[in-house]
Amino acid sequence: MMIAQQFKKYLFTVVFSLVSTLIFSNTASLEKVAQHEETKGHPSTSHEGAVESKSEIAAYSKHHLADSHDFHLFSYGGDGHGERHHVGFSLPVIVWTSKGLRTFLSSKFHHNDNGTHVVDANGVRLAKLHSKIYELEPGVSSVILDEDHHAKGAHKVLDFSITKSVLGMLVASLLMLLGFSSLARGYKKGAIPTGFGRVLEPLVIYVRDEIARPNIGEKKYRKYMGFLLTVFFFIWILNLLGLTPFGFNVTGNIAVTVCLALFTFLITTFTANKDYWKHIFWMPGVPVPMKIVLMPIEILGMFTKPFSLLIRLFANITAGHAVVMGLIAVTYTAREALGVPGSFGVSFLLTLFISLIELLVAFLQAFIFTMLSSLFIGMAVEEHGHH
Amino acid sequence: MNLLHDFSPGLFIIQAIILVVLIVLMRKFAWKPILDSLNTREEGIKDALDAAENAKKELQNLNAENERILNEARAERDGMLKDARDMKATMIASAKEEAQAEADKVIKQAQDAIAAEKKAAIADLKSQVAGISVEIAEKVVKTELADKDKQLALVSSLLKDVTLN
Repeated sequence: MMIAQQFKKYLFTVVFSLVSTLIFSNTASLEKVAQHEETKGHPSTSHEGAVESKSEIAAYSKHHLADSHDFHLFSYGGDGHGERHHVGFSLPVIVWTSKGLRTFLSSKFHHNDNGTHVVDANGVRLAKLHSKIYELEPGVSSVILDEDHHAKGAHKVLDFSITKSVLGMLVASLLMLLGFSSLARGYKKGAIPTGFGRVLEPLVIYVRDEIARPNIGEKKYRKYMGFLLTVFFFIWILNLLGLTPFGFNVTGNIAVTVCLALFTFLITTFTANKDYWKHIFWMPGVPVPMKIVLMPIEILGMFTKPFSLLIRLFANITAGHAVVMGLIAVTYTAREALGVPGSFGVSFLLTLFISLIELLVAFLQAFIFTMLSSLFIGMAVEEHGHH
Repeated sequence: MNLLHDFSPGLFIIQAIILVVLIVLMRKFAWKPILDSLNTREEGIKDALDAAENAKKELQNLNAENERILNEARAERDGMLKDARDMKATMIASAKEEAQAEADKVIKQAQDAIAAEKKAAIADLKSQVAGISVEIAEKVVKTELADKDKQLALVSSLLKDVTLN
């Protein structure tokens, strides 16, 4: 029975990996289209005025998917009716340059994201291109990327800015701390939570009973609950924040998902027992030639498991955002074919439909990430009684 | 898509710090007390259910015991009634026997007494009859022998009866 259970676990992993790969390839092709459009249009001017043409829409989408140094809500004007106004607020920029730490408000860039506006911060010349901050060498007036995305006469700086993603994470952390510590305090008054705690408690019980316990085992699950619960709610809240009009795209940011998956990898690797390493380097119960063949596969598996985690979450959320933005853009792109009410109606219905699915995906991805993390941890700490 | 180009090391480091701090804070202020409370509550519920189950079982046992005691009492009562009935029957029987024996004895004594009295009476009667007979015989003889002729007559009549063989 134990072998059947383990086989089921492996099957589960394989299926999810396949699904995530499929979704990932879709995103990749979508991005190719976007890049293709970008080369035709003039992306460097797209953020200055209203977004209407296909190339502008693609550039805008790409801009949104990347992290941002301003908290930008919306813009108006600028189509020959005076200056373009941006509504939002600046966030602090904190960069580690060749001459040390420099901090200033992102408003100094004047919403310039083309690498043409140079900010002088105490003797360091900085410019921003596609949400990346570059340090310019003397005599260079703007950041220009060559074919291989390498800047000439400039290099990237280590950017510790409170960007929109960092702000999103801080907001999510604050929400979690407030919500769950109030639930925790509620237990001092009575065994049954009141108010919003009634919503939170079943979620905690769900993670414990449906995710951690069955995968890690009754004896050992408790040790990992802190990580699993935190990661589950962190990802879910950030996914949900991404669906609000504030336009956070935190979990669709590769650095964020890499960090999350790295935690799972480290926990799996450092809490693994002897059996786990034995199964990787010298698989018991199979002939010696098989052991030798299996070793590299198992070693590769150690890394592909967390890698699938980071790619899955990143690809799902990025794809979701890209699709939602694409469908909103139908309002503009189909205006000639359907008229204003028609294109708006189609866009509205499709966006509503996809947003509902995204609401499900937001939960699903948090669930899958936590589920697979606990599965990997479970594999690492499992007692192999049947050998 | 150039993922390596999009990867921001600064964001990665900040996120790692935020996540570590968040995990530590959440463990201390949220998850530990929440999970502890949940465990305590669940164990409390389990204990309460077990206690209820035990109480139910005890009640059942108690009922069974009551039933048993009642049955025993009933059986005892029945036994006692039966014994009493048997005792009554034996007592009546023995009393009857004793009475019979006593009566027989009394009757026998009475019969014996009657027999003795009868014997005495008969003996007395015999002696009185003998006396009277002798007196009568005396008087008759006296009368008879007062006259010579009559004496002779008598002797002759007596002689007549005596036949010489």
